[in-house]
Amino acid sequence: MGRALKYTRRAFLGLAAIGAGGLAVGYYYYRRPYPNPLPATAADGEAVFNPYVKISAAGAITLIAPRAEMGQGVQTTLAALVAEELDVSLDQVAVEHGPASSAYYNAAMLAEGGPFPVFDDSFMAEMARGAMGVVSKFLGLQVTGGSSAMVDGFEKMRVAGAAARHVLVQAAAEKWGVAAAGLTTADGVITNPATGATLGYGDVAAAAAALDPPSSPDLRPREAWKLLGKPQSRVEIREKVTGGRIFAIDVSLPDMLYGTVKMSPRFGAGPVSVDTAAALAIPGVVDIVELDTATGKGFGIVAENTWAAFKGAEALDVEWGEAPYPADSATIRKVLDAALDAEPSFEMGSVGDVEAAFADAPAEEVIEATYDAPYLAHATMEPMTAAARFNAGKLEIWTGTQAPGIVQMACASLLGIESEDVTVTTTHLGGGFGRRSEVDFTLYAAAIAARTNGRPVKVTWTREEDIRHDAYRPIARGRFCARVTPGTGLTALDMKIASPSPIKSVLGRTFPDLSPASDDKSVLDGAFNQPVTIANSRYQAAVADLSIPTGFWRSVGNSFNGFFHECFLDEAAEKAGQDPLDFRLSLMGDDRFRPAREALKAVADMAGWGTPRAAGRGIGIAHVLSFGTWVAQVVEVEIVDDTVRIDKVWCAADPGLVLDPEIFEAQMVSGIVYGLSQAIGQEITFEDGMVVEENFPDFPLMTLAQCPKIEVALLENSPRMGGAGEPGTPPAAPALANAIHAATGKRIRRLPLSHEIAFV
Amino acid sequence: MKLTVNGETMQVTADPEMPLLWVLRDLLDIKGPKFGCGVGACGACTVLIDGEPMQSCSIGIGDVEGAVTTIEGLADGETLHPVQQAWIDHQVPQCGYCQAGQIMAAAALLEATPNPTDEEIDEAITNLCRCGTYPRIRAAIRQAARQQGA
Ligand code: FES
Ligand code: FES
Repeated sequence: MGRALKYTRRAFLGLAAIGAGGLAVGYYYYRRPYPNPLPATAADGEAVFNPYVKISAAGAITLIAPRAEMGQGVQTTLAALVAEELDVSLDQVAVEHGPASSAYYNAAMLAEGGPFPVFDDSFMAEMARGAMGVVSKFLGLQVTGGSSAMVDGFEKMRVAGAAARHVLVQAAAEKWGVAAAGLTTADGVITNPATGATLGYGDVAAAAAALDPPSSPDLRPREAWKLLGKPQSRVEIREKVTGGRIFAIDVSLPDMLYGTVKMSPRFGAGPVSVDTAAALAIPGVVDIVELDTATGKGFGIVAENTWAAFKGAEALDVEWGEAPYPADSATIRKVLDAALDAEPSFEMGSVGDVEAAFADAPAEEVIEATYDAPYLAHATMEPMTAAARFNAGKLEIWTGTQAPGIVQMACASLLGIESEDVTVTTTHLGGGFGRRSEVDFTLYAAAIAARTNGRPVKVTWTREEDIRHDAYRPIARGRFCARVTPGTGLTALDMKIASPSPIKSVLGRTFPDLSPASDDKSVLDGAFNQPVTIANSRYQAAVADLSIPTGFWRSVGNSFNGFFHECFLDEAAEKAGQDPLDFRLSLMGDDRFRPAREALKAVADMAGWGTPRAAGRGIGIAHVLSFGTWVAQVVEVEIVDDTVRIDKVWCAADPGLVLDPEIFEAQMVSGIVYGLSQAIGQEITFEDGMVVEENFPDFPLMTLAQCPKIEVALLENSPRMGGAGEPGTPPAAPALANAIHAATGKRIRRLPLSHEIAFV
Repeated sequence: MKLTVNGETMQVTADPEMPLLWVLRDLLDIKGPKFGCGVGACGACTVLIDGEPMQSCSIGIGDVEGAVTTIEGLADGETLHPVQQAWIDHQVPQCGYCQAGQIMAAAALLEATPNPTDEEIDEAITNLCRCGTYPRIRAAIRQAARQQGA
């Protein structure tokens, strides 16, 4: 077991202590900075200023944007933060992901992990956020997730740019023998306005990097921003329109073998017997390797090309063991029902006295409903892929990963080497959505590479393997009760949600020695922490014990709770005889909820909410606050021959501060399409312990022809900065279901909606 | 077997059933066409064969008659194809994985139908995009159509 893994273990004990109300992380470790990984990799003559900035003598500027680029534009905006303060334009710089290093830990990702809504700025909530920042640093986790990259990078990337600019100017001043204060910079050139003399950054880079940088340099006020707040062309755009070799699947190494995997289709089980003869007889198949890892058991097929490996996998004859969980979807749902019938695992955000509020409620004031959401696959467009080479005790991995540091630890642990002996090169990701924060595909590549005598091997999964071996969005079932009192409105809301815990699942396979001590808030995310005031409300989690792997799927718990909460609020509005928009606004009077009100009003304006729709058409509304961003959406549908066509979506989103409006808009659109895709037809089901769905024909993605027109407005009323990648997803499904109800009178409480109505 | 790709004729030794996609990617090291599904359902692997869009995962190398164009062969030297330029102007790609296929399908559409209607775009662009870039794809196709018409 590598050293880093031991550190991690202690840190998780710290996390556990925080859950219990204490803080057990050594302050010493918190204060000590992680070493800068760049000097070790810098080219000759390249001056390193900090972990984010390198400048060569020739003036070539390299910025490190150490988050996974999976389409969310993160590298462009992170680079813009540095470039803004360094005073260079984005076309003057090269942007790299950089090496895997704890120096690039994500301080913001865990910040909202506590049992507090994001608008809660009480002392306890702030304490918890601060403590989570300490834990993040202690873990040194370089992770892209939780829509946290900008919150994490906003300050530190700008400081990196400003500190580098400061010493560059100082070096120029020393060279000229003048005061630094009078010098100006623009586009990578330092000018002395008094003499007209100029120096390029490269001319003074070496001297500047030797100077002591200021620890808290002045940052430009927002009014002076040249890049931030304005749309930037994505730094990798040209590669993406010319077929650039930027993905893991494009990796090509000298003497490389190709491979694929055939893992047990029943999770937690392994092979009972295997016959390799037919597979080995396929021309081009070189070897069959048995795999036994923390994430799965099965076989690696090594071949001379990917197609031969795929054919070998198909021909491999394996009998698999039994599944350690109920074998089919109907029985799995019974586990959720049993969890709902039992005592709750925990509750969060409850106020008032729900029991009392329902005890004296006349039957005609009470509504009850059961809602369902299925397991879902991520289905990134690039199937899981990693290349690996294991030679002389050292492992190299090339892959698109959201968590290079965890890949290092997990692969080191598997091969019995130190984390330091694992080099991870992070490529662009052909989609992530949370799937590529898992380590399974890198573990299998590492295990196969350990058996190829030092030859590199690129392991590409088939689409079928990818859909059938995911860390799924958890299945969920909720039982809800509301009391709607005439004249007063919604006086009580009781939500109990049964779902397995994705945190428990992720930790179990990634850090098998650890057990999470705190409650998994993601089971209730999107329900307990919404900007509504209800006199009596209770949010209970019933954590279901199912060992099917679950994980982080774009917006995690918000993806189902957003649907539950926002559809059930619509039911309550209907019971109250109120317009769904007015009903929501009436619950959002609290000062802190102004961003929600403004987002709802803006989206209602855009959609012409008050304008009656023609027969056969309907509009629905929803608002979900997730990852610090307030998002309201209206969906309009048209029903023709009992078939739904999604005509238009309007979206008003408030992340507090928009660093790149074009990229942010793209993320909202992307999140909406992702949310609508699952709503209209996606689900992962089980038979005989195995996932039934296997490819796009039975796990359909929304197509261009199905895609509605989408209009997005960006607001900045929120006092805190929020994320971009995930918050566009949760409101889409409930707004759609509410629109279908408005058009047809049909209330669909089960995802995907296609169980009860057809879509174009 | 002889295969012409992006104007260059090469000799390929492979099982005639080996899909064109894997011949291109693994044997000829042409990585533009992507693997998404292997069953003709996503279009990530789209190339042109004599100008016709074709899903290269679903055609054996033995059945390829005609010249193959991949995304690598679309630009005219440093000058991008109008579709590629429109893709930049509209900042279409997100993760980018589906985009080589999208661009090839769009280029083929505009070649056959220089000024497509919405319905014609719907019908021609069946390529999947998990990142949801469809609205920008539509806008970029319209721009490229206008420019080509100009
Ligand atoms: S890979 Fe060819 S259509 Fe999907
Ligand atoms: S841009 Fe990611 S799949 Fe289309």
